[in-house]
Amino acid sequence: MTVNAVNVAASSGSRTARRLGSGLPFVIPFLIVAFLFLIAPIVYGLWLSFTEQSLMGNGGWVGLANYAEALGDATMWATLWHTIAFTLMSTVPLVVLALVMALLVYIGIPGQWFWRLSFFAPYLLPVAVVVQIWTWLFNSDVGFINYWLQQIGLDRVGWLTEVDVAMWSMVILTVWWTVGFNFLLYLSSLQAIPDLLYEAAEVDGAGFWRKLWSVTLPQLRATTVLVATLQVIASLKIFDQMFIAFNGGSGPEGSTRPILQYIYDTGFTNYRMGYASAMSYIFFIVIIVITVAFRFLTRSRKDVDNEL
Amino acid sequence: MSSETIVQPLSLRRTRQRDRAERRAEIRRTRGLLLGDSKAARVIAFLILALFAFTWLLPLIWALDTSFKTEVQAQSLPLQWIPDGGFTLENYRTVFERGEVFTWMGNTFLVATAVTVITVIISALAGYAFSRTIFRGRRALLALTIALIMVPGQILIVPLFKEMVLLNAVDTFVGVILPQTIAPMMVFIFKQYFDQVPQELEDAARVDGAGNWRLFWSIILPVSRPIVTAVAIFVFIGAWNNFMWPFIITNNPDLMTLPVGLSTVKNAYGTIYAQTMASAMIAALPLTILFMAFQRQIIKAVATTGLGGQ
Repeated sequence: MTVNAVNVAASSGSRTARRLGSGLPFVIPFLIVAFLFLIAPIVYGLWLSFTEQSLMGNGGWVGLANYAEALGDATMWATLWHTIAFTLMSTVPLVVLALVMALLVYIGIPGQWFWRLSFFAPYLLPVAVVVQIWTWLFNSDVGFINYWLQQIGLDRVGWLTEVDVAMWSMVILTVWWTVGFNFLLYLSSLQAIPDLLYEAAEVDGAGFWRKLWSVTLPQLRATTVLVATLQVIASLKIFDQMFIAFNGGSGPEGSTRPILQYIYDTGFTNYRMGYASAMSYIFFIVIIVITVAFRFLTRSRKDVDNEL
Repeated sequence: MSSETIVQPLSLRRTRQRDRAERRAEIRRTRGLLLGDSKAARVIAFLILALFAFTWLLPLIWALDTSFKTEVQAQSLPLQWIPDGGFTLENYRTVFERGEVFTWMGNTFLVATAVTVITVIISALAGYAFSRTIFRGRRALLALTIALIMVPGQILIVPLFKEMVLLNAVDTFVGVILPQTIAPMMVFIFKQYFDQVPQELEDAARVDGAGNWRLFWSIILPVSRPIVTAVAIFVFIGAWNNFMWPFIITNNPDLMTLPVGLSTVKNAYGTIYAQTMASAMIAALPLTILFMAFQRQIIKAVATTGLGGQ
């Protein structure tokens, strides 16, 4: 957002761009790819959602039947809820922890490269590696975590087998995996805060907490909105972690299955591609509604109009 | 001429030293700004940070440790960092002999490189056209591009797969690669960056009679190297780690990418943890090396684009 704000300011200045004619050929490769792999599937999927499909064949037009079925499908609502629950559970720690880590590194502890490497390295791992490491740590009999829980006198936890816990396990794994990205975003915008502000605060006699509260955090507002927005959008698309952790299953009593997995199962395991498409569009609408609502919520504070 | 060549390495070293000294001074100044001179605060901050780093590294270290144990050692209690029988390279030998991890790694490298090259080229071209040229329908197409940013590709798996069946692209590299090259966000990022390139640079070349292609290639691209690097890094990491689409489009183990192949290993071998950790460690290596080598560029890339892959 900060970058965008600068860009907008630069391009809306007095400079009237004297542009060269016909750049159309430059857009054509992009348009072809966009048409083939984005626009065509959007249209095709919409058409599919009004039909009954098997894997290869076409069972014909069924109108809104798929949508009607989806709205009455308890599994769809349950998996949609899992997706939203995961988003709520993961976004807060992924924003807050990233901020805390970035602040700690920013205040100037030597060995910057080491801290950055520690927090960002997991982000570079393929999801399958991350899940393999954590299913090993989460193993209920000989796993590292349960072993140490028992050593300090606590009970074992069925990290991947208990209904109430499994989703949290996925959140822990995801926070560990991806927090480094948000951490870097925060770190770079912390470094962009002008020293002058702190020096002025110093002159006014502000201590650490006061500077943090009145200088640092307000300066990070735009970044926080950006990080949180990206995080909500990313978390809504959750699929890989659960799918790999439970070998394509649904977790204990189906408690971790996100809606994308239900869509996948419906389309590719049960071969009901029309129905899967209908649910995709319902999910798409939900994503749009949540994103717009989230933007509205983060915008409604008074100081947002001058930065966007 | 000759004196220059002798002086340069020396002065380079000196600049590097000066850089390091400056960075250290910078860190000290930043610390002063927020924490003041209090030593206690510095120690507390260090301890919290060390605890975080420890927590973040521990899973990796334990996985690495496990990969050097036999299966029995790995699953016996009490847990030991150094097993009684000593460490073994057996798991790595088995993984090497089976060789599939290396096939997958090669596939992933091919796929990620192709995706990166194609994405960067078509997105930069489109970004240039939207930023610095005029043509009929430019505004409408730009609006379309921005609208497409909002479409999450994951909801399109079903129609996209059916389309691939029609195009005979299931279980082919083309089928894995091409659908990943569509990135409206990257077009927008390029456009935003190109918008900032000063008009004067372009004017001078235009007086010399340069056309769009020359302008793009010899004026705009060279001054936009940071954003090209940033986008390339992100597209590469995104494609390297992408799971869902390669998983859906490939069945043939010889075509699988690393994330997909590794997820099938888990299915096939169930509880062979030590060996699984060995293949995980090998799979983790390439991007980790890449990160160590390009740490600064990657960090700058995060800062400038503010975005991950797809």
